[in-house]
Amino acid sequence: MSTLGILFSDIHSRGVAELTHLRTVASVPFGGRYRLVDFPLSNMVNSGIYKIGVITKSNYHSLIDHIKSGKDWDLSRKNGGVVLLPPYGIAASAGPYKSRLDALKRIKKFIESSTEDYVVMADCDVILNIDYNEVIKFHEASGADITCVYKDTEIDASRSRHSTVYKISDSGRICDILLSPEISGNCNVAQNSWVMTRKMLLYLISEANTHGLEHFGKDILLDNVNNMKIMGYQHNSYCAHIASLSGYVKYNMDMICKEKRDALFAVPSRPIHTKVRDSAPTRYGGDATVKNSLIADGCIINGYVENSILFEGVKIESGSRVTNCIVMQNTIIESSSSLSWIICDKNVIIKAGRTLSADKSYPLYITKGKMI
Amino acid sequence: MLTNKKDCVTMLLAGGQGSRLYVLTEKKAKPALPFGGKYRIIDYALSNCVNSGLDTVGVLTQYQPLLLNEYIGNGQPWDLDRLSGGVNILPPYQKFGGSDWYSGTANAVYQNIPFIERYNPDHVLILSGDHIYKMDYSKMLAYHKKKDAACSIAVIDVPLHEASRFGIINTDEDNKILEFEEKPANPKSTKASMGIYIFKWSCLKKYLMEDSENPKSSNDFGKDVLPHILECGEKMYAYCFDGYWKDVGTIDSLWQANMDLLEEDMVGGSEWKIYSRSMEKPPHYISKNAVVKNSIVSEGCEIYGDVENCVLFPSVTVKEGACLRDSIVMADTVIGKNSCINYSIIDEEVNIGEDCRIGEKKSSLAEITVIAEGLILKNNCIVPSGAMIDSNIN
Repeated sequence: MSTLGILFSDIHSRGVAELTHLRTVASVPFGGRYRLVDFPLSNMVNSGIYKIGVITKSNYHSLIDHIKSGKDWDLSRKNGGVVLLPPYGIAASAGPYKSRLDALKRIKKFIESSTEDYVVMADCDVILNIDYNEVIKFHEASGADITCVYKDTEIDASRSRHSTVYKISDSGRICDILLSPEISGNCNVAQNSWVMTRKMLLYLISEANTHGLEHFGKDILLDNVNNMKIMGYQHNSYCAHIASLSGYVKYNMDMICKEKRDALFAVPSRPIHTKVRDSAPTRYGGDATVKNSLIADGCIINGYVENSILFEGVKIESGSRVTNCIVMQNTIIESSSSLSWIICDKNVIIKAGRTLSADKSYPLYITKGKMI
Repeated sequence: MLTNKKDCVTMLLAGGQGSRLYVLTEKKAKPALPFGGKYRIIDYALSNCVNSGLDTVGVLTQYQPLLLNEYIGNGQPWDLDRLSGGVNILPPYQKFGGSDWYSGTANAVYQNIPFIERYNPDHVLILSGDHIYKMDYSKMLAYHKKKDAACSIAVIDVPLHEASRFGIINTDEDNKILEFEEKPANPKSTKASMGIYIFKWSCLKKYLMEDSENPKSSNDFGKDVLPHILECGEKMYAYCFDGYWKDVGTIDSLWQANMDLLEEDMVGGSEWKIYSRSMEKPPHYISKNAVVKNSIVSEGCEIYGDVENCVLFPSVTVKEGACLRDSIVMADTVIGKNSCINYSIIDEEVNIGEDCRIGEKKSSLAEITVIAEGLILKNNCIVPSGAMIDSNIN
């Protein structure tokens, strides 16, 4: 049994527009040292999937810089490996992909020329640690045409609009699909990853071409819930679906909790790989006070840090206070400044003595490279 | 010829046992010893090579090579996976008519003359894999070429009262070498050899062959080959290096070199990167009640206790109420609740129970306590100052 991986790097870029202004969803930083793409890539590699196509339509320089040859995920391979699939096409079809299905139509040749039996497709806006071998086993055993990964979890109206919800019968078959519903409470929320045979995917693409279908969720899945056997596979461990800036903050802060952190990073033989940046370990000065925080390598800390996440190479100078913040790579917080509920993107400089304060309900985002 | 010609090939001596590190080097060669939070000692020499543009490195191994082999692998973390050259691990091997262990540093290189010849180099750089320093070898190579020396030796100025611990090199005002003195009682100079040599390959090859024919020789660069080359009247120069350099051959110097990293930029800035094989752990976590001051903490650590003046390697867990002072704790070690660690080096994968007392508060009388790799110390253990523990304590 062999499996082909397909990743969609920027399907949901509107959800966190601030962060994806200059990058794909896949290259959004997460958890102190990761990018969102690390999770699906690692899941696939840890499940023995060594040929992965990454579909990308725009702003993909940061993604290329992150993935490079793929060697940090063990994906620099003679056979297979990771392949970036930017828009490609002639005349009428050229230009950025319009939808998931449009992208699949246009990488048909890539899928055709592959030889794998199965295809796992995944989006980059969902963070989880999953063994796709188990999903494929479930798919085979249930005789499904398509298997969709979901999690039974609580959802509120603000989040549900960005989510897909499955209605699932007792046999595990998906009998209805709610695209962007307005509901709250416990639901079977789609985790934006799907398994089918490569043959089935090619068949669906050719159907889509023949009948002018445009939306994978609506025209393929929803319209076929009665004609095809579409099964739901429940993932029982931690899942995070990043669909808004406040969600982005919440799920980052989740990583401060050991139980949730371990559910992602301490799964035996399923480590999350990422680009190695070779920073030195973090150095704490004599005046450093750090409480309940997640700190990456390469930081120099001389101030006060609480309930925060510091990415690699962050400098916190003496007398400064950082609480409830997410501070990305190489940002410098100069002396005697104070930050609360701030998201600093990469390479931000907060000059000495500045005070920036926002609130949990509305964290303030500071763009990459700004000086305040 | 299979391979391209290289201007300079590096031979990295990594076969030493490091016997003065006792239990720490029982299961691994000294160059594989963890250092500075996330590195191993050999990372410094390998990173210096690649940062200096030297892409062909032979690593001479003999003592406990398994960990070193696995760690170096294809050299990718140091960017030394190359189409031509790159990093090559060179253990002793069987030859037509017999096989020998490496009998000394010079003999190790002598036995690998065929490796060096594959690259047809003009110069050969000899390094030892057990020093902590950041050095641009390309500058030394340029100096060596400018002086048209047969051999150049890197030297560092040491305090006069310490000079008698080193191999001392006496030179004229142009740094031309006049005399070697091995650990002299009354040193005439304060230029200590750093164990870094660049030779003209034709010259080195000639003298290595001569050395191998000499039954009285102990086949060592410092003792035999270098003095012999000088006696033969070849041009030898000292190359002065004025950065940070530390030999980590003893428990005390290993402890001190780790602690030097706590001083800002003691070991040099971040522009000269030291590469290492990544452990792939999430960022470290500092809990609500933890105290971390004047310390180095690596990825994957979880700190619930009180840590001051320490170097913590990846995935060290310090549980609630534990108190660490002036200590080095290597990867994957767990310090149990309310245990107190003072002035100690705790090796990798050690499991220390609750309420243990290890070592004694750092003072001029206290000695460093060492706990060897993989040990389990049950609750309420007491380990006195200066002890070296190499078996489990129940």
